[in-house]
Amino acid sequence: MLDTIFFYVFALLTIGGAIATITRRSAMHSALSLIVSLLGVAGLYLLQKAEFLFAVQIVLYIGGIMVLFLFVIMLVNLDQAAKERQFNRQWLLGLVASVLVGAQMVWMLNSAGVLSLPAAVPAPAATGPGNIEALADLLFREYLLPFEVASLLLLVAIVGSVMMAKKTS
Amino acid sequence: MPPIPLPTAVPLTYYLILSAILFALGVAGFLFRKSLITVFMSIELMLNAVNLTFVTFSYQHKQVDGHLFTFFVMVVAAAEAAVGLAIILTVFKNRGTLAVDEIDSLKL
Repeated sequence: MLDTIFFYVFALLTIGGAIATITRRSAMHSALSLIVSLLGVAGLYLLQKAEFLFAVQIVLYIGGIMVLFLFVIMLVNLDQAAKERQFNRQWLLGLVASVLVGAQMVWMLNSAGVLSLPAAVPAPAATGPGNIEALADLLFREYLLPFEVASLLLLVAIVGSVMMAKKTS
Repeated sequence: MPPIPLPTAVPLTYYLILSAILFALGVAGFLFRKSLITVFMSIELMLNAVNLTFVTFSYQHKQVDGHLFTFFVMVVAAAEAAVGLAIILTVFKNRGTLAVDEIDSLKL
């Protein structure tokens, strides 16, 4: 029962934050709403026994990526843009397209039979000290190559962003 | 008649519908908004919707592979944010605006 209450609270945070993100006028408010939305998603991870991802979501997404966003928002001057219209010229086409995407996803879930699943998930995995050990086993054995490739990707991204942000003399 | 399961847990369906709504909101923001930074934030919303789906199916199947996929998506998102924000800074430096309507040099 408590699970259900927490689910609705976190779902409300997620959806409310997402709606505020795409409708707020100021980019700073949008970023702060996105942080609320990400916190909601982190709570949903915790509800589904993904403790490691919960921590990573808060440390990496909210602590890393969103702070980077806030830095950039403060670096570029958007005061002028906040007074102009907020939607681009093709917004009607965009509305049709996003409604189509939403309808397509509902149709897909329905045709895959997911929506008619019985309303109870199987009992959660054994309540122990968490699944971080299992995650580490899998990450450093079966997924070792993707892990190394990811580190290489991060290195390339660091070098690329430094090159990009460097003053062109 | 099978016994009615006690409503102790939230069904998988709710998580999937929530994630679909989140993705659609991300698509809407991506297509509507004029500011490049807000468009970028909408991409993060869509990535989070996909991550939520991964974790949900992982939980349903009692395996942690989905968690690892989410982890890798987060790593790629971090790299994408670093490069993307550097691009945004460069665009702002060169053009003085971040409106997607104005940045149309590739248009025929």
